Amino acid sequence: MRISDLKISKISRYYMVLLILGLMVFSISFAQETNIVAPANVRVFDTPNDGGKSLSVDWDLIPADTALNPNFIRYEIYRSGNPSGPFSNVGFILKGSNQYQDQTVLNHKKYYYYVQAAFKDTTAQSAVIGPGISIPQWFNIARINVLLATIILSVLVVWYIERAKKGEKLFIRRIAGIDAIDDAVGRATEMGRPILFSFGLGVITDVVTIAALSILGKIAKKSAEYQTKLLVPNNDPIVMAAAQETVKQSYIEAGRPDMYNENNIPFLTSDQFGYAAGVDGIMLRERPGAVFWQGYFYAESLIMAETGHSIGAIQIAGTTAVTQLPFFIAACDYTLIGEEMYAASCYLNPDPQMLGSLKGEDASKAIIVGIFTIIVIIATAGFLLVKPMPIINKIFETLVSWFTAK
Amino acid sequence: MRLQIPLIVVLVTGLLLIVTFFIPHEPFGSLEQRFLIWYSIVAGFTMLLGLDSLTRYHLVRIRDKIKGWGFSIVLLLGLFITLGLGFYSWAKYQSPFTLGSPFMFLYTYVIIPLQATMFALLAFFIASAAYRAFRARTTEATLLLVAAVLIMLGRVPLGGWLWHRMVDFADLIPGTHLAGLKNLEIFARINDWIMDIPQTAAKRGIFIGATLGGIVMSIRIILGIERSYISGS
Amino acid sequence: MKFWERLGAIDRKIIYTVIGLAVIIPLVTKLTFPIRVSDTVRNAYNSIERLPAGSIVMISIDYDAASGPELQPMLIAVLRHCFKKNIKVILTGHWALGLPLGEIALNQVAAEYHKKYGQDYINIGYRPGYTALIVGIGREIRDFFSTDYKRVPIDSFAFMRRVHNYNEINLLVGLEAGATGDAWVLYAGARYGLKMFFGATGVSAPDLYPYLQAKQIEGILAGLQGAAEYETLINEKGTGTLGMPTQSVVHGLIIIFIILGNISYFVLRRKKE
Repeated sequence: MRISDLKISKISRYYMVLLILGLMVFSISFAQETNIVAPANVRVFDTPNDGGKSLSVDWDLIPADTALNPNFIRYEIYRSGNPSGPFSNVGFILKGSNQYQDQTVLNHKKYYYYVQAAFKDTTAQSAVIGPGISIPQWFNIARINVLLATIILSVLVVWYIERAKKGEKLFIRRIAGIDAIDDAVGRATEMGRPILFSFGLGVITDVVTIAALSILGKIAKKSAEYQTKLLVPNNDPIVMAAAQETVKQSYIEAGRPDMYNENNIPFLTSDQFGYAAGVDGIMLRERPGAVFWQGYFYAESLIMAETGHSIGAIQIAGTTAVTQLPFFIAACDYTLIGEEMYAASCYLNPDPQMLGSLKGEDASKAIIVGIFTIIVIIATAGFLLVKPMPIINKIFETLVSWFTAK
Repeated sequence: MRLQIPLIVVLVTGLLLIVTFFIPHEPFGSLEQRFLIWYSIVAGFTMLLGLDSLTRYHLVRIRDKIKGWGFSIVLLLGLFITLGLGFYSWAKYQSPFTLGSPFMFLYTYVIIPLQATMFALLAFFIASAAYRAFRARTTEATLLLVAAVLIMLGRVPLGGWLWHRMVDFADLIPGTHLAGLKNLEIFARINDWIMDIPQTAAKRGIFIGATLGGIVMSIRIILGIERSYISGS
Repeated sequence: MKFWERLGAIDRKIIYTVIGLAVIIPLVTKLTFPIRVSDTVRNAYNSIERLPAGSIVMISIDYDAASGPELQPMLIAVLRHCFKKNIKVILTGHWALGLPLGEIALNQVAAEYHKKYGQDYINIGYRPGYTALIVGIGREIRDFFSTDYKRVPIDSFAFMRRVHNYNEINLLVGLEAGATGDAWVLYAGARYGLKMFFGATGVSAPDLYPYLQAKQIEGILAGLQGAAEYETLINEKGTGTLGMPTQSVVHGLIIIFIILGNISYFVLRRKKE
């Protein structure tokens, strides 16, 4: 008898369709059911390189953890001081992540964990793992790269300082912007106009502000000798206080303490463009003959430097803010670029200690350039020889990971 | 003594902070954080110093009737009205930044337009500075000029528009079918390349140099070689 | 002779007037241009797009009203993207005078998507000393922000109860007009592994490219163009897109001025020779 010979009634056909549909639903739900698995390979360990009170838990992502699966929601982390419980929930992490840091633990105490995969309607628990014990570390080994660099740099600086102290002659190239300071101050004096100095928006914790202070000291001394008024409008109260001290000291050294007037070094505002408006206003009213932009600047740089140009002042800028350098170069007569700012204080005060430190910096830079060159060669070779010699690429990746900040 | 005590404070603080960077164990681990908080507190109080300087400077101008003293009155009024409204809004609306508070009114209708106006000046100033400075005097200046023009074209849709018109124009030559070239978006690509490669390379060079300079300057400060920030040095 | 000299020394007032008109006319005539989306913006967009619903994004307002025209459209576009995907938002900021801009945008976009304060988003406000804050949140956010900007304890909001530090924050979106972005990368990124992307003003964006290449950040929205590109990706036109014609025309004008200056320079030089 052939199947086609079977006479199937309408009702039987209806049941068969239902049966097939049922089988399909069952197989789909069964397929989903099989995806409901607990996280595997769960580990608990002391969070490395920290001050303690932290345990890390990690696990393998479960197969259901995909962006397209709405059925799986998150991983929940449970903890107990005892392997047999009771466990309490310490937190959860959304799908896609496989690590959790529990920062609510005590040091030197044993903890046990399990990770629960939370689905829409059900959950799946991993096995209990542990114990994990949190211990504070005495040294952050991830930062050994920084420690080495610090030691090398410091040793080089100190070594060169010692050499300079012993009388070795160290050469420092001319910095046109600094050489022009005397001319600028002289020109303002000839024109009978004041001098304006601005630190920009730098605060005292910016090292460049300290460098600018030493340039201010030199300008203040010159202006006292020439008896030219020096205006220093400020954006930060601490910088204002430091500027007042520096100018006062320079005036004393120049033998003209009577010229010092605190009101010439006022605080304007800590608002960026309020400050720019204030400085522009001072420039338009007082019409300084020389303007110095030294410190850290943001978008206000050109607003101020263009106004300085419009009043015909000779302008000398200096900043480590790379984005503002093009503006200063376009609008000013001289610009100290980046590290020239830091070299300026050595240039102005060329004692052995200063020059030695500068030489140390140069030596460190040479080492860095050397390291870069070697790494670039390795990276290029690794890329070109990725198939015949994969080891080179591995070496490159190891080097990169060693140098990566942590 | 007046010079030595600050230098000792700088030396100890500097060395301590270097050490704490490598030691996570207490009490070192949280020292950096503690120092930063101290700095925030000190910096907060120095605003009073600024307020004192600003008020005194303008009071003197008003007292001595120095040219433009009327503006000093406007400034002081602005300062204290803003301060007063800030406190009032804080007390009445939990935060001065609550929508509908008087401070927010001042912020929306005075501070926003004023600040935006000042920043907007940059558009005018960059036009005049670029016009004046970008002259092809030397090879380097020409490179700078060409790069600037390409970036200006590539950064905005104008570059795309111009490129499409150029392709259309070239397509007019009989027998050529260049319409496919439109997708090349040449100006945008040149912009991406300049920003990604030469710009970043130059920036990194200056940045590495400046950072090294900053580190060495810090060593000089910690060791007391650089003293320009201390009066009486 | 005089003509060429004049061409090389056009009075700044004329330049300012022409630029002023070039800004106003495209805005009034509502010109439009098609926007090309760059990879840097697409990568930033994807970093939100691949987050599952319920994730937490922290947005840092590191700008004030001055940079508002460039950065506010980015904030609005990112908020729309987050709320569309049911992502929770923590708003903070390191520029005291920028926070109200955040509050204005939050209120506007939350109303569009019917999102509730405390349930879908929160504004934890401003605290001074951004370096200390950025380092400190790596340990515990409550050490600095135990309350929101209206002094309501953050633990009174359900989704904040599970947020302790960067471990629970899936992404940071920093809107930068200054140097705060560096601190986010150096401290939150390098030390704590927080993922982030930045929106920055056209002037400060080049500073962030080295971070992008070193894969320390996911993407950059640079200037008004960046905002327009993000708006194109989320398919919501905003002031970024509207501003592009103006920016295009002004760029074109500046190029014309530069060309005029150079023509004058070369003609005069030849005459001298």
